[in-house]
Amino acid sequence: MFTYYLQLGLRSLRRNPMLTALMVMAIGFGVSASMITYSVFRAVSGNPIPEKSSQLFVPQVDNWGPQQNEKGEPPGALDYIDAIALMRAHQASRQTLIYPVMLSSPQPGSSSTLVSTGGYAVMSDFFPMFNVPFLYGNAWTGSDDEKRAADIVLSEEFNQRMFGGANSVGKNITLSGHDYRVVGVAKHWDPSPRFYAVWSDSAFSDSPDFYVLLNRMLDLQIDTSGRNSCRGRLEFNGWNQWLQSDCVWMMPWVELDSSSEVARYRQFLEAYAADQQHAGRFAWSPNIRLRNVMGWLEEQKVVPPESRISLAVASGFFIICLVNTIGLLLAKFMRRAAEIGVRRALGATRHEIYAQYLVEAGAVGLAGGVLGLVLTAAGMSGVGLLFEPEIAKLAHLDVSLIGLTLMVAILATIAAAFYPAWRAAQVQPAWQLKSN
Amino acid sequence: MQIQPILAALRRHKAGTLLIALQIALTLAIVCNALFIIHQRLSHLSEPSGVDEANLFVIENFWGVQYSTQEASSEIKADLAALRQLPAVEDAAPSNSYPLRGGGWDNFISLTPEQIKPTTDASVYISDESLIHTLGVKLIAGRDFTPDEVRDMGTRENIHPPVVIVSKAMADKLFPDGNALGKPLYSMSAEPTVIIGIVERLQREEVNTWSAPFVNQSLIWPMRQAIPIGLYYIVRAKPGQLAAAMQEAPKALYGRNRMRIIDSHDGLLSFAQVRQRAYNRDRGMAVLLGIICVVLLAITGAGIVGLTSFWVGQRRKQIGVRRALGATHRDILHYFLTENLLISLGGIAVGVLLTFGLNLWLVTRFELRVMPLAYVLSGVVILLLLGQGAVFAPALRASRVSPVEATRPV
Repeated sequence: MFTYYLQLGLRSLRRNPMLTALMVMAIGFGVSASMITYSVFRAVSGNPIPEKSSQLFVPQVDNWGPQQNEKGEPPGALDYIDAIALMRAHQASRQTLIYPVMLSSPQPGSSSTLVSTGGYAVMSDFFPMFNVPFLYGNAWTGSDDEKRAADIVLSEEFNQRMFGGANSVGKNITLSGHDYRVVGVAKHWDPSPRFYAVWSDSAFSDSPDFYVLLNRMLDLQIDTSGRNSCRGRLEFNGWNQWLQSDCVWMMPWVELDSSSEVARYRQFLEAYAADQQHAGRFAWSPNIRLRNVMGWLEEQKVVPPESRISLAVASGFFIICLVNTIGLLLAKFMRRAAEIGVRRALGATRHEIYAQYLVEAGAVGLAGGVLGLVLTAAGMSGVGLLFEPEIAKLAHLDVSLIGLTLMVAILATIAAAFYPAWRAAQVQPAWQLKSN
Repeated sequence: MQIQPILAALRRHKAGTLLIALQIALTLAIVCNALFIIHQRLSHLSEPSGVDEANLFVIENFWGVQYSTQEASSEIKADLAALRQLPAVEDAAPSNSYPLRGGGWDNFISLTPEQIKPTTDASVYISDESLIHTLGVKLIAGRDFTPDEVRDMGTRENIHPPVVIVSKAMADKLFPDGNALGKPLYSMSAEPTVIIGIVERLQREEVNTWSAPFVNQSLIWPMRQAIPIGLYYIVRAKPGQLAAAMQEAPKALYGRNRMRIIDSHDGLLSFAQVRQRAYNRDRGMAVLLGIICVVLLAITGAGIVGLTSFWVGQRRKQIGVRRALGATHRDILHYFLTENLLISLGGIAVGVLLTFGLNLWLVTRFELRVMPLAYVLSGVVILLLLGQGAVFAPALRASRVSPVEATRPV
């Protein structure tokens, strides 16, 4: 029966090619606009570390106070004093500080040319905390952190460039004139958005080349290549005074595995801030936050407003296209009232008429979906028009998006056909036959 | 024209009438808001930066080794001398940043040292006495820096130079009476810095929503960024020799000292590229919304054509009867045009509410401004014209129905 309805449907669609084309185009444009904007939104709003996002937290301590902070919110990073104090207290099962660094490395194959390479200064817990997979070797240990060793973990891609992909563990690498010992090579790992560094860096910038031992970076006075934000009077002069200032630049992360641990850590932060108040360093009562990955990404407004606006506008556009389709389907079905009357008189039930017209609408939806797919594929290259290359490259047409495009097109068209098909099924056979 | 019979007829086509009205309402809401966003975005695009964009380019120079402050300072001086010697180069200046870079250094600015809530915020440029000439900005009051005022700034050194040059927007914000020259300002310090010069216009490093209230407010301090990571060189080519200068400059720098990195992708940007990057999102948003508006209006128009054609087909017999009873071509034409006008007006009434609703949502969610009434009015006019235009062809066909149809059995 389904194939028969489909044949009937296709024949009817051929009868009014203009009307059919109009419907197919409306569905096609509507669904492709929604899908293109959705593909970007999906990429920028996704959970970068789904298996652990509810166990990883950013502790925030307000070291600026109510007169200097942003609308009562503590700053998104810590100053050196608070960062080191939180690490010393070691109240979480795992913890790390992070800041971005930029160093120079010799261009492989030509020792006289330098290229810049970017990475993160991190602590040993960084790797197990964020589930960084290893190709060769391992992370350094907590005692290496204490020893302030010159250890480095390379990314798979950087290892490929520098060592031709060979196992480089134990080898030395010179960056900006200093030697580092390779202790491990991380397998390709680049969560997007890069949740752990969004405060300081773009959430979608190029993947890091290396992870280097943070204490060593501090000893070498390697400055952050990312954000540094200060309030009040700037009275520091030089590296050591800067470390003692209220400038925030270090991004802290802690792993807390149960809600009781989270509650305990929150209490610890409160107590820490209260201590600072009593010691006279803060002239305000504790103002702390402890946000998990998704809460943090939300707070840092990682999703560009353009992505939300364009998705909202495209969805509105799709709804209008559907309203348009309802009207056209209604016109199309009711034009065949006489035909329906004959079929009903010959014994077709209302239910059958209903099914027949829904199948016809489904065929329109399928055609619209295919057109939408073509337009989506074409439109993907236009994403670069609206977003920076780093974000644009995240949007791509994959199997799930193809499936979603077709499904949305067909289901939406069938949903749009409910009312017109119901009207068609309500046709009174006697009246139609008489008026003929 | 009698409206009563039209309304009576519409009552028999409730579904179709409501659908068209709904479509018009939604289209109005989206088109008005889209036009408003497009206009806002495009108005940014044409904002001048104040610098000689046609002849400028920037070099992002990272040092390959960790220079001390003194080493970095002498490297910078040697680099600048090498750049200025190039035949296609007019002048060159060291800097921490450049207008429209998309982020950088900004300081809060106060009028007194005790002030807790700052008066405004300034984009900070640090450079030497060559910056103003290199950028091609116009000094409208006061004087430029002298070479002996320029100091070296090392890693995390917090120097408050005694003198500063500010943009006119900055001067006007701080001293609305126009007497800023010679006055002190306080920039996150108890030490004053005195305004010795005012430039006509110098756009900020970033042009985002956050900095919108501080548009064009910037200052220049006489300092050389002699830190280990590196700095920017802003280079002004001789008129018409930009391409040649952009080719010569990196070669000259590498020729002088190889221990540096000028990225092959981002290291060398003409100001046209800088501007393009800075406003990429604005332009993209305008284009995307423009396309959606056009397609949307086309689909709404086509939908009206489709449904009206169906109604005309349905009512051929009635039209024939009216014609036989003496109605003219013109009467029939007017009937359909008026019918569409009534439906459109209904849709627009709902649409205006939707438009403001959507605008309100955008205001709260995305810090957009409240839409001026002009956008709604122009949206209303566009949709009325679209409706009348779309209905014209089917209405014309209806008016050509012969009175004979009345006698024909359907």
